[in-house]
Amino acid sequence: MSGTEKETGFTFTIDGVEVTAHAGQTIMEAADEAGVYIPRLCDHEGLRHQGGCRVCTVKAGGRSVAACTQPAAPGQAVENETPHLSKLRRDLVEMLFHEGNHLCPICEASGNCELQAMAYRLEMVEPTKFPYLEPCRALDASHPDIALDTNRCISCGRCIRASQDVDGKGVFGYVGRGIHRRVAVNGENLAHTDAKVTDHAISEEVCPVGCIIRKRVGFVTPIGEREFDKGLIGHEIEEKRHD
Amino acid sequence: MEICETYANDRHRMLDILLDVQDRFRWISPKVMETVARQTGLSRIEVEGVASFYSFLSQTPKGRVTIRLCNDIVDRYAGLEEVAKAFEEVLGIKVGQTSNDGAFSLEYTPCIGMCDQAPAAMVNDVVLTKLTAETARSAAEALKAGTSPSKLVNERFDDLTAHEQATRMVDNNIRHAGEVLLGPVPEEAGLGKAVGLTPTQIITTVENSGLRGCGGAGFTTGRKWRFAASEKAEKTFVLCNADEGEPGTFKDRVLLTERPHLLFEGMTIAARAVGAKEGILYLRGEYVYLRKLLEGVLAERRRRGLLGKDILGVAGFDFDIRIQLGAGAYICGEEGALISSCEGLPGEPKTRPPFPVNRGYLGYPTVVNNVETFCHAARILDRGAEWFHAMGTEGSHGTKLLSVCGDCLNPGIYELPYGHTVWELLEMVGDEDAAAVQVGGPSGTMIARDSFHRRLTFDDLATGGAVIVFSGERNILEIVEYYMSFFVHESCGYCTPCRVGNVFLQKAIQKFRKGLANAEDIEYLKELSGTIIETSRCGLGMTSPNPILTTLKNFPLVYSAMTKPSKDRIRATFDIQSAIDDARRIAKRRSYIFDKDFSQ
Repeated sequence: MSGTEKETGFTFTIDGVEVTAHAGQTIMEAADEAGVYIPRLCDHEGLRHQGGCRVCTVKAGGRSVAACTQPAAPGQAVENETPHLSKLRRDLVEMLFHEGNHLCPICEASGNCELQAMAYRLEMVEPTKFPYLEPCRALDASHPDIALDTNRCISCGRCIRASQDVDGKGVFGYVGRGIHRRVAVNGENLAHTDAKVTDHAISEEVCPVGCIIRKRVGFVTPIGEREFDKGLIGHEIEEKRHD
Repeated sequence: MEICETYANDRHRMLDILLDVQDRFRWISPKVMETVARQTGLSRIEVEGVASFYSFLSQTPKGRVTIRLCNDIVDRYAGLEEVAKAFEEVLGIKVGQTSNDGAFSLEYTPCIGMCDQAPAAMVNDVVLTKLTAETARSAAEALKAGTSPSKLVNERFDDLTAHEQATRMVDNNIRHAGEVLLGPVPEEAGLGKAVGLTPTQIITTVENSGLRGCGGAGFTTGRKWRFAASEKAEKTFVLCNADEGEPGTFKDRVLLTERPHLLFEGMTIAARAVGAKEGILYLRGEYVYLRKLLEGVLAERRRRGLLGKDILGVAGFDFDIRIQLGAGAYICGEEGALISSCEGLPGEPKTRPPFPVNRGYLGYPTVVNNVETFCHAARILDRGAEWFHAMGTEGSHGTKLLSVCGDCLNPGIYELPYGHTVWELLEMVGDEDAAAVQVGGPSGTMIARDSFHRRLTFDDLATGGAVIVFSGERNILEIVEYYMSFFVHESCGYCTPCRVGNVFLQKAIQKFRKGLANAEDIEYLKELSGTIIETSRCGLGMTSPNPILTTLKNFPLVYSAMTKPSKDRIRATFDIQSAIDDARRIAKRRSYIFDKDFSQ
């Protein structure tokens, strides 16, 4: 993209709020810059967009699209926080809860967990109607500093992209198809990979749930003082707008 | 390792490499994955991602002879159960197992494109059709005695031509030949005219004909070609989608067998229109029995100067085609997934935009069309746009191949102009008593008798070709449950709604079948379907709830007959017996309260 093209901005609206974007930006990128939060789980700052979780579904030009991969278009009216979209997003978040084993009270990610935080934000306050799939996958505690509980994995693939693109490694990858598709490691188990606890892929910010566990630091921050105990998920982006 | 070297250690040929590994070693072991990874410069997990995605690749050792029984609903109604039992008894293994001596594996596989001659099975690369308990038994006994699979078809199989081999295995069942594809077709007439035209003129001709994609989505072919042609790129590709996996579809099978030259002619014309030098025919793994035939036709075309350098003596008109074999994945019929698969990746759809015509195979502009679409294009170049445009109805021009199967007298292929009613078609196939017709396969529409006046066009009942007829004896919910299990099996798993939501739909239908549903569950089905359709990433998830939604609409009584109101504030869906089953097992005793026949 040439410099001039990048500078030629255009505007579009999200729920009536005018947002500036430049050519090549996705709806979500432009929204983030403008301080409009669009819920997301598989997308993460600094990583390639994947468009897998679909929690960022918005309506653009009458069509439902994933805001993290859909390019912004001049003059387009994008719907984000409507009752209808919140319902779709709640369904998707509930699907993720029911696909894995997410028992917040016994999970050390509670309070830092984006899935849990998203459920609060989307007001998932009633008992859910979906069936529980109750996976039973073996815990991988082979690595001296890291453990993996893929029963809590939501297949967001953030660790895969972080390892490949930021760490230049490739510790993680997807295997299988359909409901059996899951994140696996490059070798017999984690100890057989070149994963290090200092990898970006292993860092607290990459895994949104309690799947990648750093050993011996679980409760250093007590419950009550954790990230989403302080504010709703997305507040950091939304605060930009009030500035 | 020499298999990798055959493909120049090219990671984009991963599917070919792994298929060859599977053929030779009968599985893809962790050790082999490491070797392949090293040779192709990938990590083991990337190789494993591919190996674990496709149904025909296995991470446990398979038998030297692998028997795949097609378990489509049509095969089930045609007697699959007895066929499976015969194989199980003779081979001494159950479906899903491999014999201890490593000789045989027996498994189920979704629709292999033989619904007009069900029950059918693949035995390695050989197809057996119209199986009965008796023929299955004798086939199994012969295999056990060491007969090679091809000898089951014909004693002198190896002496037959490739076309004879294919047609001895599989009948074409052409019931009605139309004017465009299955009637007499002059050789290379379209290509002959195309070389006299500019690329723009070719595209304009195809545009004016009104031709739309015949794989199901119905995008205007000429526009697709125009988009690809207008891209400024170093290379452009032409891909043919021969991955017809929609249950009940087998029209491309017949074209691939009877009109392969016409198909390659159409691809060559497309190549001239968009400036492509390379093409790929993506052949579904289930049609591996046609590979030899198609390779032979490609070789012949190269010899005759119809492929290769300076085609028909036109300087600079270079184009060649390779065959990419699939490995058992319905999703690869989606054009982005098909491209991923050609690139040696798991068959996952690509993020759109960019669209394949802008950035497709290896990032270059790519035209992907269905087999039938290319064949039509070749005929349009010969006979002209107006000739084609005059057939069919407004918005649905030309003819369409319909593959009809199920409960009817004359299953097979019907080439008809668009616009016939379902009644008219049923008259031709000999089943005016049909109770239900599934138009367009499971991702299409299930209609009841009160809708048989509807027309087969893009605007009314759109179909990629599949028409499945069900008599009044069939259980609609059983059919729906099968179709949902098909989508669960075939979802790639990339996006949440399709990966998880379809499992929930399948479970909900099971509840209906068990009589455990209540009225609220109908709403639940509709709502959940709505979410899946609206949030899914590709066409699979956008259509997978259709078996449920179209039967809810057209067969509402079937559902209401299976629901009961909840009593005593306990939801009918709550099954106390299964809920306490685990506890009962752990406690090793029965429930005093809930087991009616409890006695001490």
